Formats: sequence, C-alpha cells, structure tokens
Amino acid sequence: MDHKVNYLLRLGDNALILSQQLSQWCGKGPALEEDMALTNVALDLLGQTRMWYEYAAELEGAGRDEDALAYLRDAHEFKNCLLLEQPNGNYADTLVRQFFFDAWHYFLIEALTRSSDARIAAIAEKSLKEVTYHLRRSGDLMVRLGDGTEVSHARTQAAVNELWMYSGEVFAYDAVDEAMVAAGVAPVADELRAQWLAHVGEILAEATLTMPPADAWMQSGGKQGRHSEHLGYILAEMQFLQRAYPGAQW
Amino acid sequence: MKAATAIAAAAPAVRSAADAARTSGATSVTPAKDGRSAAAGHAEQIWAWLGAVPDPEIPVISIVDLGIVRDVRVADDGACDVTITPTYSGCPAMQVIADAITEALHAHGVTTVRLHNQLSPAWTTDWMSDAGKAALRGYGIAPPAQQVIDISGLSAWPAGARSGSAALAAVSRRARSASAPTVACPHCGSTDTEITSQFGSTPCKALYKCLACREPFDYFKCH
Repeated sequence: MDHKVNYLLRLGDNALILSQQLSQWCGKGPALEEDMALTNVALDLLGQTRMWYEYAAELEGAGRDEDALAYLRDAHEFKNCLLLEQPNGNYADTLVRQFFFDAWHYFLIEALTRSSDARIAAIAEKSLKEVTYHLRRSGDLMVRLGDGTEVSHARTQAAVNELWMYSGEVFAYDAVDEAMVAAGVAPVADELRAQWLAHVGEILAEATLTMPPADAWMQSGGKQGRHSEHLGYILAEMQFLQRAYPGAQW
Repeated sequence: MKAATAIAAAAPAVRSAADAARTSGATSVTPAKDGRSAAAGHAEQIWAWLGAVPDPEIPVISIVDLGIVRDVRVADDGACDVTITPTYSGCPAMQVIADAITEALHAHGVTTVRLHNQLSPAWTTDWMSDAGKAALRGYGIAPPAQQVIDISGLSAWPAGARSGSAALAAVSRRARSASAPTVACPHCGSTDTEITSQFGSTPCKALYKCLACREPFDYFKCH
C-alpha cells in the first residue's frame, strides 16, 4: 500500500475509533455537560475521519469509498494506535485516554497545517480549532479531577499509570512515517514528542498527579495492524449493520 | 416585495437559457440589458436566493449570513456552481444545507447545480454578517465575539515562539484564562455572565448563564 494512503488511514482510524468509543458515553455521561462534550468531540472526530478517508480513497483509487473503509475492513486492516482502543473504563480512564490523545493530536495537526501536501494542510487547517478546543477541555478536566477529591485523584492517577505505556506509540515512527517526514508531509517525531512531554508534564503537575518516566517501555503494533482484542468488539458493534445488511443506506 | 418580484421574474430566464443551451448546443451567453453577461447577473440572483435558505439548526439566520456560501458561479449553459465551506468538520447540518441549496435553486428553475466543498481557508465566525449576528441575538443566542478574543490560544503568539517552552506554557495558561470570553446576555444585555458548559446542543454553541437576570442561554462560539 502506498505510504501516503497508509498514513492517511492511520489518521482516519485514530479519529474514527476514538469517536466510536466516545459515542458509547452518549446518554450515560456523569453530568449533562460531560455527555454533551464527549459527543461533540466524537462528532468533530467523525468529521475529521471522513476528510482523511475521502482523501485516502481518492489516492488509493481502488473503488473504495469512506464507508467501505470504515465498515468493510477487518481488525488487522485498521491502523489506529492501541491507546484509542483501550476500554472506556471509568470516567478517569476515558478522560486520561482523551488527554493523552488530544495533546498529541493538537501538536500534530498544528504541524500538519504546514504539510507539503496541500490537501493535508487544508484538512489540518479545518481541524485545528476543533482539536485546540478538545485539548483545552481535557487539560482543564485533568486538573479538576487530579486536584479534586481523594477518589478522583486516585482514579485519575491510576488511569495515568495504566495508560502510560500506550502513550508512546504515536512517536514510534516506522517506514511509513519516515517516508512522510522525508517528503515534508508530516513532522518529525522528536519535536512532537518534546512538545507532548512538556505540555503533559505541565498539566499533570498542575493536577498534582505524578508523571511516569518518559523512558518507560511502550506498547506498539496498532499502526501496523496488530491489535488487542478490544478492537474486535468495537468493530463488531460499529460494523454490524453493513455486515448484516450490505449496502444498506439511511 | 420589489426584490422578490424581480427574483421571481428572473427565474424563467435562467431556465430558458439552460434549455436553449441544451437544445441547440450553443455556448454563447445572452447579454443582459445593462451589458454585463447574463451569467454575472444570474450569480447575483443566486446569491439572493441562497440568502433565503435558512440554517437548519438555527432557522433565523441564513446560510449566506452564516458565511457558509463562499462562491457562486453561473456557467454559460446556466449550470450553477456553488462553493460551500463546513462550519465544523462533523456538523451533521452540512448535508442538510447542501440538499437545501440544491432544492432551493431547483425550485427557482436552475436545473444543474454543482456543489463544491472548500476546506481552506477554514470557516470562521468572523464571516458571519452583522445582520446574522443581530438575528441570533433576537433569537436568544449570544452572537460570537470577534476574533480579538482568540479561541485557539495561538494566533496572538509571535510565530517564532510556537515551538518554544514559553509557547507551551501559554497553551495551558491561556486555556483557562481565555476559555470564557466576555459574553453579553441576549435577554437583558448584562455582561455579568458565566460559562456553564464549553459544549452545547450543537457543535457551534456553548452554554452560558446570566448572573443578572438568571436566564440560561446559548452562546455561538467564536471559531
């Protein structure tokens, strides 16, 4: 598969899987405001997914459209990072997963506005204000929960410790990422990682949370299609309708 | 009323131009009376027709006042190209808006409507017209502040500082200080208001409450 198509699918898959996970909170959020916030973020991510898939499908030229990419690929063909398929868990788990992702997503999208690929730069420009809003909110909530009650602090710290090993995959570049860097399409990993660590470190400190060591061992494999069992369950629900009734339309 | 009459009278002209082009294969444009090409005149009419298409979520404001319609071109054969830009990436109203544009122009006799989606430059609430802002306020929704209140927390920084540690510190500092701009209550006008929720019933709105008249209200976010 063409490196750029692969790179676009990774961007789209990250956004889609997280969007699907956040949608699960619809009607079950711990407060009305949180319910609306998560579903709004899910909607933004879904819109971004469609822009990445649309471009990937055009470049691929294999007759697949955005729906085929979302609904008719199996787990091993998905290229999302493992962080995003981690279960929603309690609200701290959902929030920490979101914060780790938002911080990377923000710095990535900001850099992609200067991509050598004009279409990618335009999609990034369209998404930047949205992802900024997402990061602002999840950072705010990290502080509120971390520096909140004993229970909220303990749960948030536990989620940070649990999810930390999934936070490094986005910076583990392979041949696909390196080809994009060489072509001026994507930013280098080191710079993104430095920005991410500085911002996450600052928010965690403000939230009175302890940051795990930056050089800790990190999980990887999602980008190459090697997933945990969680993704299968997510896809089973997300793809059910198109699998059971192929070509069904709204 | 006069404008409406003029628009209605113009509709058959669009249709007949298109019909003529189809039947004769002619590509020439019928010159309008004032010497401009018919296409240019038709584009103005199409802008006017689109100005009557309401936003599906907030029907007091038109899609033109909202700044969604970026360009209108009428081809020699009467076909119309309309360029629109999404407000939010995932806004479900965009499909409804696209359908409404096609439907409205068909109703006015434009048989061929081609829609184009433009991502860059990204939509901003700065493109909302003053009439649109006034309509929002009358509807009970506080209109967006101008971008002097910077929602991204970025554009006020010197470009060189973006990747520096000072810029990173500013992300979180500004995140808290700038997330709640001064918003006047659309009911009583007081600026003694506070944010209830950064997200509201649609992607473009946040929830506020007025501390003076105690009414809750929607704020159309700066974007």
